[in-house]
Amino acid sequence: MTLQFTIATALSGLIGSVTLTGSFIAYGKLEGFIKDPPRLPGQQAFNILLLLVAIGLGVWLVIDPTAVLAYWGIVLVAAILGVSLVIGIGGADMPVVIALLNSYSGLAACATGFVLNNTVLVITGSLVGASGLILSAIMCRAMNRSLTNVLFGVWVAEDTGPSADEVYGGKVKSSSPEELAMLLDGVGRVVIVPGFGMAVAQAQHAVRELTNLLEARGTEVEFAIHPVAGRMPGHMNVLLAEADIPYEKLKEMDEINPTFEQTDVAIVIGANDVVNPEARTNPSSPIAGMPILDVLHARSVIVVKRSLSPGFAGIPNPLFAADNTVMLFADAKKGMLDLISALKESA
Amino acid sequence: MENLFIFLTIFTLAMFVGFEIITKVPPTLHTPLMSGSNAISGITLIGAVVAAGAGENILTIILGVLSIIVATINVVGGFLVTNRMLAMFRKKD
Repeated sequence: MTLQFTIATALSGLIGSVTLTGSFIAYGKLEGFIKDPPRLPGQQAFNILLLLVAIGLGVWLVIDPTAVLAYWGIVLVAAILGVSLVIGIGGADMPVVIALLNSYSGLAACATGFVLNNTVLVITGSLVGASGLILSAIMCRAMNRSLTNVLFGVWVAEDTGPSADEVYGGKVKSSSPEELAMLLDGVGRVVIVPGFGMAVAQAQHAVRELTNLLEARGTEVEFAIHPVAGRMPGHMNVLLAEADIPYEKLKEMDEINPTFEQTDVAIVIGANDVVNPEARTNPSSPIAGMPILDVLHARSVIVVKRSLSPGFAGIPNPLFAADNTVMLFADAKKGMLDLISALKESA
Repeated sequence: MENLFIFLTIFTLAMFVGFEIITKVPPTLHTPLMSGSNAISGITLIGAVVAAGAGENILTIILGVLSIIVATINVVGGFLVTNRMLAMFRKKD
């Protein structure tokens, strides 16, 4: 029994087990049968304790390779760690966690390669591990948060921000599909900003219909995709591609942001935090510094949203109360369908 | 011990290759990328085959066979889903 064998065995048991249970929890949360529980105060310490116990058992296994019990101990403790690590992670952080779990599965395969002296496992395992790590890092950068920050769910204390009443009080303009159809009449350029709300309502086909309708009337339509919109990396892209919206119309944040100045109407469908101007204007906001889509630079903004409820960051969005914003309070799909029929009638 | 160094070298190099390949994938394709790399992680199938074939004791065989089943589902299902997603991105004429 070489040192390589025992260390790699301990690692593959640890990582593999965390990945297995963590993935089940992630699946449950995405499917909605596991609700976000309140974050317990000692959770972080508990996770670290579990990790330390697992590492301790690993050391035992390395010192005494015949201690099979130590191996099973690692697997068991890591299984609990996987559950407790993922269960407390908030909805908007799921893309990062999924990419990370994917990366772990590669690292586990890689460790197994070291156990079995198998180069194929080592190579493919590290490829998968690297890809997952890069994706997690890209998404963390898009949210302006560190990886540890996401994993341990630390939000900056948010007692400095204005309350919802201060932000919205009397300034939110609700509108009807007929008025919006008039607003969209004869405009040159429309940018659609999809968010998680579109995914929940499965509104992508209605969005495609709206796009076709607007284009038939001579309007240029493009899509602004924020890197962390949705629950998976690239979530919006897949949904829109499913609805046959051409690939070239989907623009990334850095590409589309300068064009909002020349945009007549920005239509925000079920997105919230990724278009919150607080990120730029209020340095004490929990999302301060997070890159956002500058929809406010468009001449008018239409926000299709069910209510004024806050997004994952839990803060009010001054965009909804801005002078050039009108709200259409509806589920994304119903809102789109109403808008489409209003547009058809006005034509 | 010599073996370990070879493996560590391969590991490090593969990480670099992974980094180079993945940073060139456009963000639009990140979901299919993740689904694809998830399918690739089903490569543990090899480990499963080795473990099941070693015939150490009955437990290894049971666990090995179980892993072969699960890993195969992972590979086949993973690539099917990836393919379906990529088909959505294909140019329509």
